[in-house]
Amino acid sequence: MIEIAAGMFIVLALFFFISGSIGLLRLPDGYSRLHALTKADNLGFGLLILGLLLLQMDLLIAIKLLLVWLLVMAASAVSAHLIAQRARRQERGLWKP
Amino acid sequence: MEALTSWQILDLLLISALLALAWTAMAAKDLRRAVALFIAFGLLLALTWVRLRAPDIALAEAAIGAGLTGALLLAAASDEPDPVPSGRISAAGVVLTVVSAGLAVVLGWVFVATVQQADSTRLAEEVFANVETTGVSNPVTSVLLNFRAYDTLLELAVLLIAVLGVLALGPARAGYGAPGPVLSLLARRLVPLIILVSGYLLWAGAHAPGGAFQAGALLAAAGVLLRLTGTTNGGLPGDGAFRTLIVAGVAVFLAVGLSLMLAGRPFLGFPVAWAGSLILAIETAATLSIAAILLAAFLAGDPKHAAANRGSKTWQRTHKTQGHANEL
Repeated sequence: MIEIAAGMFIVLALFFFISGSIGLLRLPDGYSRLHALTKADNLGFGLLILGLLLLQMDLLIAIKLLLVWLLVMAASAVSAHLIAQRARRQERGLWKP
Repeated sequence: MEALTSWQILDLLLISALLALAWTAMAAKDLRRAVALFIAFGLLLALTWVRLRAPDIALAEAAIGAGLTGALLLAAASDEPDPVPSGRISAAGVVLTVVSAGLAVVLGWVFVATVQQADSTRLAEEVFANVETTGVSNPVTSVLLNFRAYDTLLELAVLLIAVLGVLALGPARAGYGAPGPVLSLLARRLVPLIILVSGYLLWAGAHAPGGAFQAGALLAAAGVLLRLTGTTNGGLPGDGAFRTLIVAGVAVFLAVGLSLMLAGRPFLGFPVAWAGSLILAIETAATLSIAAILLAAFLAGDPKHAAANRGSKTWQRTHKTQGHANEL
């Protein structure tokens, strides 16, 4: 039962990762690409960690997974912010309809 | 034909992605794009080492190959104009191609020869049979610091010579512009955590994947983060202390080896009872040296003058043109 739930979370995570990657490749300008990548990947990554946590009996490994989740979230939020800030300053690559 | 297992499919994907990334990184016209592809290549290579059940090398590849080398190359590429393709084939290019092709043939032959000799006694079995005499239970560390301690001592000596080259470049590069509040906050939270993990890797090296090179690379990464967020010398200490740090690894290694000789043992022939502590002492000094040396390479010069360099004309010029870029 737990395995099925974990599997569903992980498959859902993969769906979001793939959507994020397609967004990165297909969207027209830097901001929208960043938007697709960070939002979808954060959701996908959270679901992936959730799925792995369900499969984990060992408390220590579970804590490490949570720590990895926190660190990746912090790093990706900050790097997305930096990329957006730099793009804003350069005002390059804006999509004009 | 046998059906492929899912692991084999993953391995094949990994290998194809590695080859494709290597090719695109070499072929990229834009230097920064090439570096980004190189970093991705390093991360996939680390995954490949995990698949080969070599977590020690995976850690080293991720920390040094992808992380620090990536940061070094990015810093170098931001000062370098993109190369203009000349369209002509140079003589040096032809020679390089021929030599590389020859090397590839030799490596292929070595690979085939090794695979065919799989039945003879492998060194790995000897290591596993004798690992309890080395003072550590991680076979990789037992090879690096005990059976093959000579090699590791000479590797540290090579690093020491390399940093002499870095110091010969003169004062360190100018620092980076002041970071925004978000990056500063992340750096303030991350640097202590990185130092803690580095200490853990050093300690864990005795019984699990880890050791001086991985721990040193991580410690250097903390310094890189400090430099990117405004600490011009990356947290390296002043002149005398810096010089002590870079020679510490080789010095402690030699001191241990020579003391053992005075005690009537062979050079670096650790007595079983003391081996664990001696190896930890050597690895601690080596971690500090490796971190200081890698960080000096990132500063691209002597950290002593890094702070004083701020007022100079070079710094102001770099700062004006790259102030925003450097916040990344």
